[in-house]
Amino acid sequence: MRSRPLRLLSALAAVLALALVMAACGGDEGGGGETSTAGGPQSAETPDAKQIQADPANASTTVTVGSKNFAEQYILGEIYAQTLEAAGFKVKKQLDLGSEQIAFKALRSGRIDAYPEYTGTALTSFYKIKTDDVPRDPQESFDLLQSKLEADQITAMPQTPFQNTYKITSTRETAEKYGNPKTITELAEKAGTDASISGFPECRQRTDCLLGLKQVYDWSPKFVSSQGQYSDLDKGQADFTFGFSTDGPLSLDKYVTYEDDKQLFPPYYVSFMVRNEVHEKLGDAGLEAIEAVQEPLTEEVMQELNSRVTLDKEKPEQVAADYLREAGFVK
Amino acid sequence: VSAHSCPQAGDRLAFTDAFDFLLHERESISGGVCIGGPGEIADLAVSHLAVSAVAIALAVAVSVPIGLWLGHRGRGEFLAVSVSNVGRAVPSLALLAFFVAFLGIGFANVTAVLTLLAIPPILTNTYVGVRQVDPEAVGAARGMGLTEGQIVRRVELPLALPIIFAGLRTSAVAVVATATIAPLANVKSLGNPILEPQTYGDAGQLGAAVVVALITLAVDAGLGALQRGITPAGLKVARADAPRKRFSLPLSPRTETR
Repeated sequence: MRSRPLRLLSALAAVLALALVMAACGGDEGGGGETSTAGGPQSAETPDAKQIQADPANASTTVTVGSKNFAEQYILGEIYAQTLEAAGFKVKKQLDLGSEQIAFKALRSGRIDAYPEYTGTALTSFYKIKTDDVPRDPQESFDLLQSKLEADQITAMPQTPFQNTYKITSTRETAEKYGNPKTITELAEKAGTDASISGFPECRQRTDCLLGLKQVYDWSPKFVSSQGQYSDLDKGQADFTFGFSTDGPLSLDKYVTYEDDKQLFPPYYVSFMVRNEVHEKLGDAGLEAIEAVQEPLTEEVMQELNSRVTLDKEKPEQVAADYLREAGFVK
Repeated sequence: VSAHSCPQAGDRLAFTDAFDFLLHERESISGGVCIGGPGEIADLAVSHLAVSAVAIALAVAVSVPIGLWLGHRGRGEFLAVSVSNVGRAVPSLALLAFFVAFLGIGFANVTAVLTLLAIPPILTNTYVGVRQVDPEAVGAARGMGLTEGQIVRRVELPLALPIIFAGLRTSAVAVVATATIAPLANVKSLGNPILEPQTYGDAGQLGAAVVVALITLAVDAGLGALQRGITPAGLKVARADAPRKRFSLPLSPRTETR
């Protein structure tokens, strides 16, 4: 934990460098520009085409932005809300909507106008698609979601570069003990059934969690139902845990994740879901701004932002504001 | 893909669906596994009751002797009352995480948390129950040559029993209801359907909650019956005129601590 300030700095630099790369290559589609070689502290003073311009005409439009109630959702909610604010819209925030069911009901009924949701969650939770039937290709699952949302008069904005899916995680020591496997397939072979894995109680009977490990990887580690996650690993309560790919602790060097080489887990990219009525009012500039601010959000950057809230106890509002400033979207 | 086969959940009203969940197996919300039905509910209920019973038994074993001793000596009211109040203020969920460091994740952890939850009402009520015993009865016993130990066992304990039981019932209700958090520390309980919405859905959540509520009422009623069974005949006569209550409210007699 002592090395956090350093990590933070280098990640800051990475965000900055990324923003510059993005600025340089214009509106390139995401995923490509991840060559972040933690560059030096370039100044953000360069006149930046990225900066969001406020349009006075937008002031008559009020947008209510929602989010669910955990760190990443607060941060994303704040990022989108502050972006719209910077674009001149009047913004109201409802950033504590509990579960996705509550958030989605609020969205459909017009209590909120938009909120960020994960593609996999939306498909399984709102449209009752069985986990096994969710397309594993990110674009396909996104297209499917979009077609489903049409009936509810909602538009899914393009997906974020990062996804927040399950990641089987262990400490570095555990990984070494099993000969540093890279993928879950290798891990299953080496760790065998004596190893234990912790996860939320729900994990036990989900095909995209413990049940899936058995079905897809033929691996049945001992299950420890617990909410501890990384503390389970630290306290030796389990060898592995079901983490999430953007968890703050993964920004520390302590932990190792294993690649889901057989695509057990469905895609969980974030899409800002907007009611059609409001989507029209956002205009091209508003929509472009939203797509632009999520472009630098790679898994690494999102881990870093989450860690500022969950580990460093900063306020999501502040973290979002810092992000938008450091990436050059606002002055 | 998988070898299981069970009916899909149908479209029903919330409560009807919850009872259907309790009575018939169905496919889980996210698919791939059969859930619900009497078999699974019974399995969860047994584990739920086991951890609750152990916790309540431990709490009785710890707090009744201490309460009797403090009450008999007429000291430590401050201790008895403040231990209770502080004990009630600490959320069980926080204790669960706290105890991982000492007891690991599992049965011991959950038992410890539920025991700590159960101790305060029993301890306070035992203390208060002994204190409210008529001093003349104690004096008479002493005059008859009973030892202090005999006074506690033969006079104070029997006379305090109704109040001790009121505390026990309060604790039991709290413990059975709180054992729903057990799955967070690797112990099966009726909390599983409540904590796993993606598997069990609304029907499972509501169904399990109904079962927890019924078990709570049954435990309370059972302890009430036990209480009537072991209350000394003399006390029953004294209370024959008082209106009979079927269920105790889950409140300890706070007013008597002042």
